[in-house]
Amino acid sequence: MAQVHLRDVVKKYGPLEVVHSINLDIADGEFVVLVGPSGCGKSTTLRMIAGLEAISGGAVRIGDTIVNDLPPRERNISMVFQNYALYPHMSVRENLGFSLKISKRPQDEIDKAVDEAAEILSLTPLLDRKPGALSGGQRQRVAMGRAIVRHPEVFLFDEPLSNLDAKLRTQMRVEIKKLHQKLKSTIVYVTHDQVEAMTLADRIVIMRDGHIEQVGTPLDVFENPVNTFVGTFIGSPPMNLLDGTVTGGNIQFADGSVIAAPPGYDLSNGQAVTFGVRADNIMPVGHALPRGEHIAEIELDVNLTEPLGTETLLFANLAGTEVQAKMLNPRPVQTGERLTFQIMLDRCHLFDAETGVALKA
Amino acid sequence: MATNINYQTRRVALKWMHSAGLFLAMMVLCVPGLWIVLNSFRPTVEIMAKPPVWIPNDLNLDHYRAMFGGIGEGGVPVLTYFTNSLIISVTSTVIAILIGMAGGYAFARYKFKFKGGIFVGLMVTRAVPGVALSLPLFILFARIGIIDTHIGMILAYVAMNVPFTVWLIDGFFRQVPPELAEAAEIDGCTRWQAFWRVEFPVARSGIASAGIFAFLTSWNEYALASQLTRSTTSKTMPVGLLDFTSEFTLNWGGMCALAVLMIIPALILTFLVQKHLIAGLTFGGVKG
Repeated sequence: MAQVHLRDVVKKYGPLEVVHSINLDIADGEFVVLVGPSGCGKSTTLRMIAGLEAISGGAVRIGDTIVNDLPPRERNISMVFQNYALYPHMSVRENLGFSLKISKRPQDEIDKAVDEAAEILSLTPLLDRKPGALSGGQRQRVAMGRAIVRHPEVFLFDEPLSNLDAKLRTQMRVEIKKLHQKLKSTIVYVTHDQVEAMTLADRIVIMRDGHIEQVGTPLDVFENPVNTFVGTFIGSPPMNLLDGTVTGGNIQFADGSVIAAPPGYDLSNGQAVTFGVRADNIMPVGHALPRGEHIAEIELDVNLTEPLGTETLLFANLAGTEVQAKMLNPRPVQTGERLTFQIMLDRCHLFDAETGVALKA
Repeated sequence: MATNINYQTRRVALKWMHSAGLFLAMMVLCVPGLWIVLNSFRPTVEIMAKPPVWIPNDLNLDHYRAMFGGIGEGGVPVLTYFTNSLIISVTSTVIAILIGMAGGYAFARYKFKFKGGIFVGLMVTRAVPGVALSLPLFILFARIGIIDTHIGMILAYVAMNVPFTVWLIDGFFRQVPPELAEAAEIDGCTRWQAFWRVEFPVARSGIASAGIFAFLTSWNEYALASQLTRSTTSKTMPVGLLDFTSEFTLNWGGMCALAVLMIIPALILTFLVQKHLIAGLTFGGVKG
């Protein structure tokens, strides 16, 4: 097992820089998820750790070795690809044992390791099949088995679940987490799915346009987003954002409506701010959680409802912007119905209107 | 009900038409071949008969016997021609496949300057008819002294086949996901091992079909060979067919017998790799 350190790592394709001097320290045994919209450089970063992309600047260290110039095979890593990349001409058994065969280990050792991995991932009955005869979930498990057979120092996952259907994805998510608990190995996992990131990660790394926006535990990035991008990217539905101006302890929105400013912020009159509130913190009276001391009440017309069973998402117009609110213990709501909503101000966020950076409480 | 019956009859009629069409197409393809086989086994009188004799009266091996016989009895150096053909075809195919694999892989995997231009250039060479090249090639080969040699023929056929094998093999490597080689590299392979242990076996069927096409091209080629070969030291079987023509006569039976001998190895080879050929042509089912 090993730590992974990225120091000022840069990736350039010709004159185009796609990863801009990122720094990241991953502890031994930690499960770190790189998450971000497509094109944010997360996969490129992972491939630089793997050695599949050359590093244009900075240093990548695995354990105590700087691996910049080492080929993938000397980095003691294994990787699970999005399209599984199983060798189609080999049986599952040969796929699993391939890496050990390449390193010329004795056959009985290979057999033992393959059987052990197959046991962990319940692949034993499939060992003699070819990948073509497996379902998506089974292929995924073989790909994971191939990774664990060699007992690498670091596991790399490149969007491993995005080719699976929703139900299987949830199931495999749990299996990956269990696998991590069992193997206690360092894992770097790339996904564009924030739910996957939240559920799997010890720490989340949120990336955008080749920069790291925020690093933190799932709860930390959810509760204290450093900017509006993180606020809207993490959490579902995304955080509602409303532009306004500070006027004497209140926030005044563009249409003139006013709401009390969240407590604990150091604000000056006339300051332009972005007010951020998650759907979980706008709830109709009587269908809300009692939360915090500072509550603002506001009447809104419901434009659209999305019943989800345990809760209903309500779409309403707040100060000219469509916001999403949540209704617990839902009752049927008519479109156009006027409800009184409570906004839990303690849980709201203020961002600088221009830069989007959080104004820390 | 009426529409139902209508539908039934139409389906049966369509099926019959389908079979009839297939029969016609197969006849066009097969009758000349069968005619050659048939003619190789019957006397010249029957071959030349007008109207043609469809059902043979007398089948014998006379033409074969004569062909393998001495010079005076209408014999031709079949074995020498066969050996020449074999050496030239096999060697040129192996070289064309090796170059095709290297080139095809490079076109499929790497970015380099003028890639598109080079590729189009390779394809354009296919548009030039072989015969048009025969005179320049003849002069060139004569000057450097490789006319009427195996080496000369091999060179000519390699040049003919390489654009084709590069193009075909490029297509097959394109369908092998690059992640396979990456996975192999992470599993401990060098770049070279990753190619031979993963990418090559996966694309093997395609490469085999490229090999067959290259082999058949050189095995059957006549136009260039007839110009660039002079004597038994390098004459190939298609050129050997001409030995049966003389100033006033044409030995059709002997020609057909030699043609049959030419077809047999090609047929055997095609049957042997038929599985690969079909797999190669219907590639794409190999998603990892």
